[in-house]
Amino acid sequence: MNYHWNWHIFAQQVQGGSETYADWLAAGLGWTLACALCAWLIALALGTLAGALRTTGNRVLAGAGATWVELFRNVPLLVQMFLWFFVVPELLPRELSLWVKQDMPAKEFVTATLCLGLFTSARIAEQVRAGIQALPRGQREAALALGLTTLQCYSHILLPRALRIIIAPLTSEFMNTFKNSSVAFAIGLMELTFQARQMQEDSEQGIETYLAVTLLYFLCAIIANRAMALIEARTRVPGTPG
Amino acid sequence: MISICGVSKWYGPTRVLDDCSTEVAKGDVVVVCGPSGSGKSTLIKCVNGLEAVQRGEVIVDGVVVTAPKTDLNRLRARVGMVFQHFELFPHLSVADNLTLGQIKVLGRSRDEAIARGLKMLDRVGLAAHRDKFPAQLSGGQQQRVAIARALSMDPVCMLFDEPTSALDPEMISEVLDVMVALAEEGMTMMCVTHEMGFARRVADRVIFMDQGRIVEDCAKESFFGAPRSERAQQFLAKILQH
Repeated sequence: MNYHWNWHIFAQQVQGGSETYADWLAAGLGWTLACALCAWLIALALGTLAGALRTTGNRVLAGAGATWVELFRNVPLLVQMFLWFFVVPELLPRELSLWVKQDMPAKEFVTATLCLGLFTSARIAEQVRAGIQALPRGQREAALALGLTTLQCYSHILLPRALRIIIAPLTSEFMNTFKNSSVAFAIGLMELTFQARQMQEDSEQGIETYLAVTLLYFLCAIIANRAMALIEARTRVPGTPG
Repeated sequence: MISICGVSKWYGPTRVLDDCSTEVAKGDVVVVCGPSGSGKSTLIKCVNGLEAVQRGEVIVDGVVVTAPKTDLNRLRARVGMVFQHFELFPHLSVADNLTLGQIKVLGRSRDEAIARGLKMLDRVGLAAHRDKFPAQLSGGQQQRVAIARALSMDPVCMLFDEPTSALDPEMISEVLDVMVALAEEGMTMMCVTHEMGFARRVADRVIFMDQGRIVEDCAKESFFGAPRSERAQQFLAKILQH
């Protein structure tokens, strides 16, 4: 292999600028973290809601939850990014459409985060539904028999139990959110993958660039994994196998 | 106190309750027995509206349970219920199991709820276990906590749905002792159970059900002396021969 290795490339200045390539990757990592964490919060909130709705036994609510899930899990994430970025703004009322296209601050970030959050929420919804359905039916009856409302039954009994049950698949989903955020480069969010492509073209040191980016994604996923393991340990119910 | 009037219920084409009528006067203990699938549990769950009925009327302490406008949560807060599989909330400590309903439904302060809950816990002989979690207790202890949880709400009557069916033989008596004491204090109780010793000791009346119908509804003396129906005679002969 006739490749000129240069591990010092990260400390070197970019062409025609004062910052280093490491600065580029650091900025990219920042957007990746911001996008993934915000998307995760959206996904957790909406996914829990949609998943819970599917278990209420009310046909309209269950139908709404099911529609939500099918809408966001049957279209590739990359296509969803393009839909939110290029199509949805065109469908908005004229004033709003103009504002979104021209004046909305951090347009790529907002679009990518919303898209990733909604996409992930559909997957979380299915896990939450499975978790609730895994609980004995008597738990709901016992909560209702005490006089708790359906909302209180979900918030105090069913969801705290279901979320503990599904923490393993939720951990994978949290890690996926970091990895899936790389798709946002396609609509121009200057996240890690976007910066890597830019650095590769600018420095012509593609191998070092992508090895570094691989390592950074790997670290993100591992840290996400460890964080969830910590939560799992902290929320473990005494007397149950851990 | 409890009045069940011409109640019928169908699951699809299957009739699970067939024109059931009975009364439980204040302070009375009524035992409901019968073969499995005879509708005992369904009938008792109609009393606090956990099961809806298609025909007939259920009235508890002057409140028409079956009326669409009835605030079921308010009614259920006044009707204690104990389940076959205990249905304690496993992610909550014993103390939290006892106080959740009091705080969220009755609006009691935390201190007040704890005081009331601990009094009931002491009554079932488990005061030392307040900080444990359900999984750390035996089945008999869990069921006693479940009784204490129901009593903490100061119910006007208590429903028991096969409270000893899931217990080992030696734990059955510790639960029955609590129920006998409750009956002797004058609590209005409706108990689905096959514990005929319990029925003999504290029941005022015995109801025998078969195929969704109330076949026998009489004072315990005449039930154990000479049940009128052949079906009840067969049933008694089977469960009393051992």
